[in-house]
Amino acid sequence: MADTELTGAEIVVRCLHAEGVKHVFGYPGGAVLNIYDEIYKQDGFQHILVRHEQAAVHAADAYSRATGQVGVALVTSGPGATNAVTGIATAYMDSIPLVVITGQVPTAAIGMDAFQEVDTIGITRPCVKHNFLVKDVRELAETMKKAFYIAATGRPGPVVVDIPKDVTQNTCAFAYPESVSMRSYNPTSKGHTGQIKKAAQMLLEAKRPMLYVGGGAVLGNGAEPVRALARKLGFPVASTLMGLGAFPEPDPQNLGMLGMHGTYEANMAMQHCDVLLAIGARFDDRVIGNPKHFGKEARRIIHIDVDPSSISKRVRVDVPIVGAVDQVLDDILTQISGTPDTPELKAWWAQIELWRAQDCLKFDRTSPIIKPQAVVEALYKVTGGNAFVTSDVGQHQMWAAQYYKFNAPRRWINSGGLGTMGFGLPAAMGVAMAYPDAPVVCITGEGSIQMNIQELSTCKEHKLPIKVILLNNGVLGMVRQWQEFFYEERYSESYVTSLPDFTMLAEAYGHVGMKIERPEDVEPALIKAFTEHKDQLVFMNFITDPRENVYPMIPAGKGLSEMILI
Amino acid sequence: MRHIISLLMENEAGALSRVAGLFSARGYNIESLTVAPTEDATLSRMTIVTRGSDEVIEQINKQLNKLVDVVKLQDLSDGSHIERELMLVKVRAVGEGREEMKRMADIFRGRIIDVTEKSYTIELTGDGKKLTAFLEAIDPAAILETVRTGTSGIARGERILKI
Repeated sequence: MADTELTGAEIVVRCLHAEGVKHVFGYPGGAVLNIYDEIYKQDGFQHILVRHEQAAVHAADAYSRATGQVGVALVTSGPGATNAVTGIATAYMDSIPLVVITGQVPTAAIGMDAFQEVDTIGITRPCVKHNFLVKDVRELAETMKKAFYIAATGRPGPVVVDIPKDVTQNTCAFAYPESVSMRSYNPTSKGHTGQIKKAAQMLLEAKRPMLYVGGGAVLGNGAEPVRALARKLGFPVASTLMGLGAFPEPDPQNLGMLGMHGTYEANMAMQHCDVLLAIGARFDDRVIGNPKHFGKEARRIIHIDVDPSSISKRVRVDVPIVGAVDQVLDDILTQISGTPDTPELKAWWAQIELWRAQDCLKFDRTSPIIKPQAVVEALYKVTGGNAFVTSDVGQHQMWAAQYYKFNAPRRWINSGGLGTMGFGLPAAMGVAMAYPDAPVVCITGEGSIQMNIQELSTCKEHKLPIKVILLNNGVLGMVRQWQEFFYEERYSESYVTSLPDFTMLAEAYGHVGMKIERPEDVEPALIKAFTEHKDQLVFMNFITDPRENVYPMIPAGKGLSEMILI
Repeated sequence: MRHIISLLMENEAGALSRVAGLFSARGYNIESLTVAPTEDATLSRMTIVTRGSDEVIEQINKQLNKLVDVVKLQDLSDGSHIERELMLVKVRAVGEGREEMKRMADIFRGRIIDVTEKSYTIELTGDGKKLTAFLEAIDPAAILETVRTGTSGIARGERILKI
């Protein structure tokens, strides 16, 4: 195998083949021309040419979120790399495994302010799990192996491999390492047995228990054991924005989403429980609000996370368990024989039902203007809850999270940590490439969609039958909502004038455009999109109520029981 | 609380900036940071002096451990340890002050390592407090230049940091 010498560019391609990569999202440029020349000659993976590097990374990211595989993006040096940074930071905040290959100017030109030179390693350092500058072609194969290994193991994350152009030209013998071992990197997967026993005991003794499920449960393939544990114990379950779908949302044990725009019952239960099992979650500011307020109620916390630094970061916990979510939950399950069917648990559920009776997600169903919530509900109905739903960032994202009841993990794909507007459409492309036959929906706003609207062109090229659900209220809704609540209705720069005619725009890109203005047309239009236009991209411009707000809401810095209800 | 964190990391380009970047990105404070290769040339040893509440120090330790290049880490402040810092001070040494300066250097067990008609350069080792005490003990107007290495530390007794 190692007899003939290969160029660095050939090695890159061979490494991707060896990793079983089927799709690479990218954009060519000077520094990566050698790699693109090798891509031209191969058919081991498909390259998807995007229209902006940010979209390449978002698409690779969503591909990974939907499939669990490592996503791969390829961009050139300089502006190619800087355009990719938002995508990389998005993946980093949500712990998504990516390998991003960036071109670099030739090694001899590094530091010379060469054309399209930028310190990619320096720029990306704070938003990657790790990054590599490959200065010698002989290190290339091993570096690629390490990049995939680091991206996918432990707490996953993006890894950047920066490859100078001369390295892609130079040659050496090629052998892809079968395994990799690094003395400095050995993530823990098995939880501490003593802690697991303690956790099981604590769960069985609980009077007001609660399962708090985060994105780690989705990424760590913890959905099955979460379901098994929840059903065995009969405990209430609530999810973070990133954890939606790990536990089936239509299930009566599910209390819905936690946090700033979470449900009343989920937040109240979180505040008043006596034993909290946190699974792949990190008690962040959008979930528990003010940690001091959260700490007012005494409760014991068990925290499972693959990343030790997530434990006791914002909230002290009583039983920390470092390990892979699925393994640890399986181990806890073996420790639990009986179902605790206690009077206390019954009383707890009775209390929860009282909270649930608040019906905190109610909205005006008689409005003559389309309510955005109604669009998401209709979408849920029309797709039978089985679509992949990507979103952008803002009010529409929250309505999507609140009203689409996900029943499986990896279906809800959004930028939770970084909150990246412009994520939704390229994300939908990534999912559609991974699952060409599945319904893929992008719920967006007229602000967000315009941040990566050029990707409609990529969608056309690859015939991606995405359904774009634009909840068009003509305002930057979440900004407007905060201005209404906290800035005495001074709507500074949150009103979008001169919007394009989205129907014409969609048609200009070669897609189907629709404008829906009446509540009674919502469901028929959706049905039409998913039947008559099943194989086409349909851009659905729903003209919605500009004054609608997202409720419930916990104002920033407030506590879980200080919600504003409608 | 002041903590001295020692760590072994892969001796690779950029490793130092990963640590420095972590501290600035997360708002941790660095009092001093020293780094040099060890007897095993593939490893660098770094000593970081930092301050923070117990929670912050716990996070610093965890975040440092999370860096892919960090092989092993030890909070020296967890046990008894020795810390040393090297300082070079160039001082004006003329007239009556010249003899006095020599005496002060002796008291602090410093060594004069460079001499001109008008100046001495004094080498001084010790913990940070001792070096500061020396600077406070001499006439501030006589100080021409100082350079300090920052703290290096090692645990006492059997406790070692090695892979």
